Amino acid sequence: MATATTIDHAAPPQAGPRAFIARLRHGDEIAHVITLVFAAAILLITSMLIYELWVNSLLSRTKFGWHFLWTSVWDPVFDNFGSLPFIYGTLVTAVVSLLIAVPLGLAAAIFLADLAPRKFSDPISFLIDLLAAVPSVIYGLLGIFVVVPLMRTVIGPVLKSTLGFLPIFQGPNYGVGFLTAGIVLAIMVVPFIISVSREVLLTVPREQREAALALGATRWEATWQVVVPWARTGILGSVFLALARALGETMAVTMVIGNDPKISASLLAPGYTIAAVIANEFSEATGNLYLSALIELGLVLFLMTFILNGLARILIVATERGGGRPS
Amino acid sequence: MASAAHGSDATAARLAPQVKTMEKKPPIPEKEVLVRFEISDLNVFYGPKQAVFGLNLKIPKNRVTALIGPSGCGKSTFLRTLNRMNDTIRHSRVVGNILLDGQDILKMDVVGLRRRVGMVFQRPNPFPKSIYDNVAYGLRINGYTGRLGDLVEHSLKRAALWEEVKDSLHKSAFALSGGQQQRLCIARALAVDPEVLLLDEPCSALDPVTTAKIEELMFTLKDSCTMAIVTHNMQQAARASDFTAFMLDGKLIEHNETSKLFTTPSDHRTEAYITGRFG
Amino acid sequence: MNRARLIWRKSLNAIMLSLTGVAALAVVSILFLILGYLIYNGGKSLNWAFFTQLPKPVGETGGGMANAIVGSLKLLLLAALIGLPIGLMAGIYLAEFGGKVFGFVVRYTTDLLNGVPSIVIGIFAYSLAVLPVKHFSALAGGLALGVMVIPITMRSTEEFLRAIPGSLREGAMALGASKWRTIATVVLPAASGGIITGMLLSLARVAGETAPLLFTAFGNSSWSPGWSQPISSLPVMIYNYAISPYDDWHRQAWAAGLILLGLVLVANLGCRLVLSRTGAGRSA
Repeated sequence: MATATTIDHAAPPQAGPRAFIARLRHGDEIAHVITLVFAAAILLITSMLIYELWVNSLLSRTKFGWHFLWTSVWDPVFDNFGSLPFIYGTLVTAVVSLLIAVPLGLAAAIFLADLAPRKFSDPISFLIDLLAAVPSVIYGLLGIFVVVPLMRTVIGPVLKSTLGFLPIFQGPNYGVGFLTAGIVLAIMVVPFIISVSREVLLTVPREQREAALALGATRWEATWQVVVPWARTGILGSVFLALARALGETMAVTMVIGNDPKISASLLAPGYTIAAVIANEFSEATGNLYLSALIELGLVLFLMTFILNGLARILIVATERGGGRPS
Repeated sequence: MASAAHGSDATAARLAPQVKTMEKKPPIPEKEVLVRFEISDLNVFYGPKQAVFGLNLKIPKNRVTALIGPSGCGKSTFLRTLNRMNDTIRHSRVVGNILLDGQDILKMDVVGLRRRVGMVFQRPNPFPKSIYDNVAYGLRINGYTGRLGDLVEHSLKRAALWEEVKDSLHKSAFALSGGQQQRLCIARALAVDPEVLLLDEPCSALDPVTTAKIEELMFTLKDSCTMAIVTHNMQQAARASDFTAFMLDGKLIEHNETSKLFTTPSDHRTEAYITGRFG
Repeated sequence: MNRARLIWRKSLNAIMLSLTGVAALAVVSILFLILGYLIYNGGKSLNWAFFTQLPKPVGETGGGMANAIVGSLKLLLLAALIGLPIGLMAGIYLAEFGGKVFGFVVRYTTDLLNGVPSIVIGIFAYSLAVLPVKHFSALAGGLALGVMVIPITMRSTEEFLRAIPGSLREGAMALGASKWRTIATVVLPAASGGIITGMLLSLARVAGETAPLLFTAFGNSSWSPGWSQPISSLPVMIYNYAISPYDDWHRQAWAAGLILLGLVLVANLGCRLVLSRTGAGRSA
C-alpha cells in the first residue's frame, strides 16, 4: 500500500474500509449541516419579520406616503392616520427617562466599578442585575399605584410651585403623563446603564488609574479624569442601548402615560407612544387601513431601535478595542 | 581534529553519571530493531510559515525515541503530525511521506489512525467525568462492547495508577493531583491499546517524583508499545530513551542510539545543545 | 494657597464618593421597594381561591387566576419547544463549526432580533399565526415568545461552549473521536450546566412578557383546551386588572404580580448561583 511519490495530505483518504470512512465523514458533515440549518433558520425568521412588517403596512404606506411621519391626526373613524404624536411621545418619554437615568446610573456604575471595595460592589451589582429581570408589567403596576399618585399629590405640585413658569411644567396635572412615564422608564433602564457601563469601566487597564494615583491624584480625580474618559465611548454605547430599550418599552408606559394622542409642550400632560397605541388599539382595530397604519407604526419603531442598537454596538466594541481615543 | 577529540572528551566527562546508568542497558542488536514509523521528506507548514523542513527519520518499534531541541525547533509540530493532530489547525499543511507499518497515514482514515497512535499532552487534560468514564471513553466511542470494567482496570494498572484509585473510580478526575491526572491521561490513551504512544513533554508540569514514576512507566510499557517523547529535559532523554533525535530550526540534525548521541555526537550543533551552550 | 486647594480636592473626593454611593444604594433600594410593595399588597390578597378558581365576571368580587397560571405554563412550554432547539443548535453551530462570514451574519442577525421591541415581535406573530386564521390562539402567543427565546439561548450556548478549553477537545480527538462525537460526548456535557441555566433564564425572561401576547394569545376568561384558542396568562391578567376601575381586581393584580415576580426572581437567583458555583468549580 506504500507509495513512493510525495503527496499532499489534502487528498481524500482512500485506505481503510470505505464504508467506515464514509460513515464517519458523514457524521461530521451531518452535524455541520444540521446545526447550520438551525442557524439559517434565525436568518429566515428575521427576514420574515421584516418582510411581514413591510408587506402588511403597504396599505397605509401607499395611502399616506411620507406624510405619515409628520401628520398629527389619528382618526380611526375617518381612516386618517399620522404618526407624529406617537413619535413625539416616544422620543420625549425616552429623553426624559435618560435625563434621569444617565446621571444616576453613571454615578452608580462609577461607584461600583471603581470606588467601592469588591465585597460591597459584587453583591450590589448582583442585586441590580436582578432588577433588570423584573417584568415590565410589574413596573407598570407600581407606576399606576405608586408613581401616579405621587406625581399627582407631591411631585407635580412641587414642580409647579417652584418651576411653574417653565412651559414644560404648565397645565393641569392628573398624575399620568410624559413625566410620569419618563420616571417609570428611567427606573427600568437604569439597571442596563449600570451593568453595561460597569463592565466597560472594568475593562479600563488598571495602569491608567495607577498612573494617576501615583501622580498624587485623589481617588475621585483618578476616576473622573482618567478612567471615565477612557471608557467614554463604551458608556455612550450603554446610553444608546438604554435609549433603544426605552423606545420599545410598552407595558409600563401604556399604564401611566394617559393615552392621549396629542402633542403638548408640558411634561405634565398626558400623551401617547408608538408602543402604547399599538398595545391599546391593535386587538380592536377594525378595517384594514387602521390595522395597516398600526403596523406601519411598528415598522417605524423597528427602524428606530435597529439604528440605535447598531450604533450602540459599534460604540461598545470601539471601547473594547481601542479604548479612549477613537482612532 | 584535536579540538574535536577534546570536545568529545569534555562531553563524555560532563555526561559521565548518565552514561554509567545507560551502560547498564543491554546493547540493541542491529537486526532486531524493526521500524514502526518511516518518515521521509516531511515538510509541515502553518499557513505561509514552514515549521519542518525535509525531515527523514525511522522510529523503531517497541523502543522509546526522544525528540530534543530548543524551543521552537519544530519537535512538537513533528510529533503532532504523527497522529495528524495538526489537521485540527486551520491553514496547516503536511507534504511528504509518513508510513506506519508500511501504510501512508496521510491517506488513512484519520479516526482509525488516532486509535492506533495515541497521545499524551503537556498539561493533563482529563475530561470532566469520573475516573472510570475517562478511561472508558476511548473504548466506548470505538464501539467496544465487552467487559469495560476489566479493560479499565488493566489500563489503570499499566499506567501504575490502579492501586491509588481503585476505590474511588467514580470520583471526578479533577479530584486527583496533577501527577495522578497525567497518569490517568496515560491510562486513558492506553485503554484503546495503541501501537504507538506519542508523549508531548508529559512531565513538564509535574514534580520530580512523579516524573520518575512516569519514566519507570515508559520503561515497562515499551515492550508492547512504541513510544516517541518530546522533551526539554536532556537528563530525561538520556535516562528514559533508546534512541534520540535532535532537531534545530525545523530540521533533523542528528538521530542515533541515545548512548551514542550523548557521548559521541557527530554534529557540533548537537554537542553544543547537549552541553548547554544554547537552548 | 496649596493648602486650601488640597482641602478642596479632598472634600470633593469625599463628596463624590458619597454621592455615587448614594446613587448605587438608591437603585438597589428600588428593588427592595418593589418587593416590599408587592409582598404587602399582594400578600394579603393571596388565598387558595387565587390558585384554584377562574376569574369571576365583571363586577363580581372573588374568583382567581387558575386559568392564567396554567395558561402561562402552556405558553412557556410552547416557547421552549420552538425557541430552545433553534437557539441551542445555532449556538453549537457558531461555537463549533461557524464559518467566518456566515457566522458573523448569524451573530449580527441574532443581536438584531434581540433588540426588536417585544410588541413588534407580537405584530410578527400576529401576521403569521392570527391573520391567516382570523382568531387568536395559544399557538400564536407561543410563537411570539419562542422567537424571543432564540437570541438569548443562542448567545449563552455559544458563550459556554467557547469557554470549554481546546485541550479537552484535543484529548478526545487524540483518542479517535470524530468532531461531532467530541462535541456530543465531551464538550456539550462539560458546558451543560451553563447552557441549561441560560435556557432557564431565557424562559424566565419571556414568562413576564405582556406586550407580545396582547394580540396573539389575547386572553380567556375560562380554560383554553388545545392550542388554537385564545388563552389567558398571568402578565396579561395583571395588565387588564390593573387598568380596570375595580378595587377587587386591583387586589388580584397585586397578588398575581407577587407570584410572577417571585417566580422570575427565584429562577434568576437560582440560575446565577448555579452559574457562579460551576464557574468556580472548574479548576485544572
